[in-house]
Amino acid sequence: MTGQRLPSGGLRVSVQKRQGRFALDADLDLPASGVSALFGASGSGKTTLLRLVAGLDRPDAGRIALGERTLVNVDDKTFVPPNRRRIGVVFQEPRLFPHYRVRKNLAYGMPASARPRFDAVVALLGIGHLLDRMPGTLSGGEAQRVAIGRALLTEPDLLLMDEPLSGLDGARKRELLQFIRRLVNEINIPVVYISHDPAEITAIADHLTVLENGRVLASDTLESVLLRVDLTEQLGGFDAASTLDATVVGHDDHYGLTELAVDDERILSVPLYDAPVGTRLRLRIPARDVALAVNAPEGTSYRNRLAACIEALTPLPQDPAAMEAILQLGEQRLRARLTRKSRDEMALAEGQHVTALIRSVAFDTRWR
Amino acid sequence: MLSAAEWDAIQLSLRIALSAVGWILLPGIAVAWLLARREFRGKALLDGIVHLPLVLPPVVIGYLLLVSLGRRGVVGQWLYELAGVSLPFTWQGAAVASGVMAFPLLVRAVRLSLEAVDPKLEAAAYTLGASRWRIFLTVTLPLCVPGLITGTMLAFARALSEFGATITFASNIPGETRTLPLALYSLIQTPGQEAAAARLCVISVVIAMISLVASEWLARNARRRTSERDGQEA
Repeated sequence: MTGQRLPSGGLRVSVQKRQGRFALDADLDLPASGVSALFGASGSGKTTLLRLVAGLDRPDAGRIALGERTLVNVDDKTFVPPNRRRIGVVFQEPRLFPHYRVRKNLAYGMPASARPRFDAVVALLGIGHLLDRMPGTLSGGEAQRVAIGRALLTEPDLLLMDEPLSGLDGARKRELLQFIRRLVNEINIPVVYISHDPAEITAIADHLTVLENGRVLASDTLESVLLRVDLTEQLGGFDAASTLDATVVGHDDHYGLTELAVDDERILSVPLYDAPVGTRLRLRIPARDVALAVNAPEGTSYRNRLAACIEALTPLPQDPAAMEAILQLGEQRLRARLTRKSRDEMALAEGQHVTALIRSVAFDTRWR
Repeated sequence: MLSAAEWDAIQLSLRIALSAVGWILLPGIAVAWLLARREFRGKALLDGIVHLPLVLPPVVIGYLLLVSLGRRGVVGQWLYELAGVSLPFTWQGAAVASGVMAFPLLVRAVRLSLEAVDPKLEAAAYTLGASRWRIFLTVTLPLCVPGLITGTMLAFARALSEFGATITFASNIPGETRTLPLALYSLIQTPGQEAAAARLCVISVVIAMISLVASEWLARNARRRTSERDGQEA
């Protein structure tokens, strides 16, 4: 990849579009690197926004720019057609051309300059053995990997992915998610990733935009949006979670445990996780799986007790019985859910030092 | 085995039918594409005009051709003065007449197959950097090949059997416009030629059967090429 793509800034969108009863009115700024997720329920305007960025639809008003390049400006009638936007799109369905073999599908939009990268992309996506097959003979996951390769080989400045995992089962989903993550690490290309699945988003995104009814509710780094208690409903309600970054520091084969360092003072032990020492991981921890104790408790089966400081205590908008605490763990933040009654009985207050008891941890492999 | 006159008629018929299909192929695809993919004012009118040869008596089409393309016709006069081309009473005129009669069959078949092509594939090609023209040539058209073959074969068969418009517009001149159907008609009109008429009848049936089988075979091959799937898993 050349270094001069996206000279400054990422994707800037400020558009209005009316479609029957639905109206999209979005204003957002996405970073020039990493994975930016567009998240929202169906009908929130994610796909409409993606089609505007890809050039498959025209906005009623507003503008879209990628770095220095204006793609659409309704005021001065600028409209760059999709084939000249240098934006790759991976759709929900693979949309492979049924009359071409995989090899020809991959090469369809490939400029001569990308030819030397063909083998590397094929290897990265693990589709070398499929090159001479017809698309009709591929499984869903294989076809979607070919579709990703096909979009990548056009040397786009930006890659749009519209729920690319929606047609796949759990195992295939995780596998493809890792492919996408690896690709973002190895080929430095900004990705806009659409999804309605909070777990998928935490696994893959660096930046998170939350859409609802055609409007942007929040757009910031993943960590900070996940800490927004006022968005709990949108971010999964009961299942709302926040993330911790950690490093594998050791394995205990006897007890089948893996030790993860959140920072110098905080160590988590989790069921054996097959990753070499030094691997950086992102952990997804549901707020309801974090309990608080005023004194470091003895004789509990909770293995994971982390020193924390209460940064904020907020009532949950949807649930009058519940509260959420934002905990400070060194440089990182974590959400914990508790009842209002517990808060009163334990006399918890902001700034207080407590112990966070973590019941479960979900993994997302990253930064290998 | 075949008499010189029979050979003449067969060769002339094939030449006229092939030329007819040849000249309507591109306009037919263009009109089918317009009807399948575009919304515009007068679309219903265009659709109606395209279908006229299917519903009007062929003699009427022949008459309209004479009025418009005859040497004193609206377009024909102009053609004659500028290019020295005169269509009536020539085999080219017969090709025009049978082409017009075959046109709706070609358009219908191609339009159906165009409508069956998933626009999502075209959108994907568009995002992959292909121009609209390249999308049409590399995605839309190849996926229409079975329909294109069917349409071409139908049009060919229709052109081969064309009678009314041809005899009206191009007349019945031996060696120039006397195709198989016209030759057969002439023999039937002549007393004592029943055996010769029967021979031509058999020849017509054989040619029709050959083209039918060939089109089936081509279309099936094309379909197999575009949709290799089940049972192909390695």
